[in-house]
Amino acid sequence: MGVIDTLRLTAEAAAGLLERKEVSGQELTRAYMDAIDERDGELHAYLHVVGESGAGVPIAHKDLVTTKGIPTTAGSKILEGYVPVFDSTVAARCKEAGLPILGKTNMDEFAMGSSTENSAYGPSHNPWDPERVPGGSSGGSAAAVAGGLAPWALGSDTGGSIKQPASLCGLVGLRPTYGTVSRYGIVAFASSLDQIGPITKTVRDCARLYEVIAGRDHCDSTTVDLPEPVRIPTGENLEGIRIGVPKELNEAEGIEPGVSEQVQKAIALAEELGAEVGETTLPRSVDYGLACYYLVAPAEASSNLARYDGVRYGHRAAGDGDLTALYERTRWEGFGAEPKRRILIGTYALSAGYYEAYYGQAQKVRTMIAQEHAAAFEQFDLLVSPTSPTVAFKIGEKAENPLAMYLSDLLTIPSNMAGLPGLSIPCGLSEGLPVGLQLIGPQFSENLLFRAGHALERALGFDFVPERLRHA
Amino acid sequence: MAITREDVLHVARLARLEIPEDQIEHVQAELGAILEAVGKVSELDLEGVEPTSHPLDLVNVWGEDEPRPSLPREDALANAPDPADGAFRVPAVGS
Repeated sequence: MGVIDTLRLTAEAAAGLLERKEVSGQELTRAYMDAIDERDGELHAYLHVVGESGAGVPIAHKDLVTTKGIPTTAGSKILEGYVPVFDSTVAARCKEAGLPILGKTNMDEFAMGSSTENSAYGPSHNPWDPERVPGGSSGGSAAAVAGGLAPWALGSDTGGSIKQPASLCGLVGLRPTYGTVSRYGIVAFASSLDQIGPITKTVRDCARLYEVIAGRDHCDSTTVDLPEPVRIPTGENLEGIRIGVPKELNEAEGIEPGVSEQVQKAIALAEELGAEVGETTLPRSVDYGLACYYLVAPAEASSNLARYDGVRYGHRAAGDGDLTALYERTRWEGFGAEPKRRILIGTYALSAGYYEAYYGQAQKVRTMIAQEHAAAFEQFDLLVSPTSPTVAFKIGEKAENPLAMYLSDLLTIPSNMAGLPGLSIPCGLSEGLPVGLQLIGPQFSENLLFRAGHALERALGFDFVPERLRHA
Repeated sequence: MAITREDVLHVARLARLEIPEDQIEHVQAELGAILEAVGKVSELDLEGVEPTSHPLDLVNVWGEDEPRPSLPREDALANAPDPADGAFRVPAVGS
């Protein structure tokens, strides 16, 4: 075995090297540690590098995955120095599967953002162009995998935080069906939406990692058993699959022409592979999805983030005064601008006099969105659209305008509100930057998503190694 | 609907956030803009539509009542900013 090319190596290929004893676990981890030494100064994908080695393929965890004995900050100053005394279920399952931890990846604070610019520890950079964001909130995980600093990684997705960074970094990202992956030990943002999922180089890697983490967990009563075992996809056609193209998700204002063009090509390719393709509609889901999300998610966040009070863990403000004064100072100092904004919005939406008009109405919109998707699935097996309206944008471009940043998740939010799984796969380049294709399925349709994603991936032949890092 | 300075202070109190005086105006403007955008949901007539609070149709998930070891006290206190005598020490409640 010569030098290990961590940019090119898939997790599956790495597992093969280990199984055939062509490399040792230590050698494999060494290769990633060397890559981290070489490139993480530029990419800032990691918040903590651990460098464990073991029998299996090493992994990077988003820094909201609670890891016993390893700092977990969720990208926030309020959790600076926090060292968990227990493992999250997903971390425990990865450990049981023999996957050693390379490190913890950067993220928007409490997973609130679409660029990693809301991290209290500074942004990550896109391996395709370091002047641009890797997307977010799981941007550190995406930058690590695309930059060859980890073979695969876990992210979390509330409004699009796995799918969108995967799209912006030319990777595969799965937001699983709500309830298939345990949230026990995940730093909570919006509990009815948060899901953990894989960010990988290939659909097969994605299915393999999903297989490790999915399934019912007695520590999270919102989890369920998978209706069927995970199938690692092998097929190369789409025969028998009906793919719907929702007009509103594909023609929304703000979708860049270069993004549309690549997605259209992929849809045409799907047809060549045997899929039956037709237009469909989600009449109001896209128009009202964003507003619905920015009420439901902040409302839940305002409740979840109440726990950061400077008493049991995390930052505590100095100064005199009673307990209430301690809470109020600690929280103002410890949280960054975006969590504070969302806590205030959510608190307002839940407060007496406004509850029905804002939160109550948003919950009804959520039902409407789920019904619209269900109607589309009466005629189609999968839905397709761009994952992100744009390719990776420049660092700083949207940082000062929260509402412009929120639009990054315009196309990922509707299906998330409906609890549906979504897979983003790279489908081409626009202006030299990756474009992601979003495949949406009914609840528990992960195997179908993997099958379709794999067949398209093979036919598309997208090279996931960032152009500027390819060796001659 | 515009959000007033008093609304901002009220919500901040509910959320236990002490907004410094010189930032109240900025927060007021930002919240106003966001609330205006999300207020779009009120355009829809959804009379009779059931609200969704959870994406799966789960009812009453029961578990066996099996005792398991809980977190040892020293672990529970390991990250405390000010532990004392095996407890979390805080300032007086109300003063």
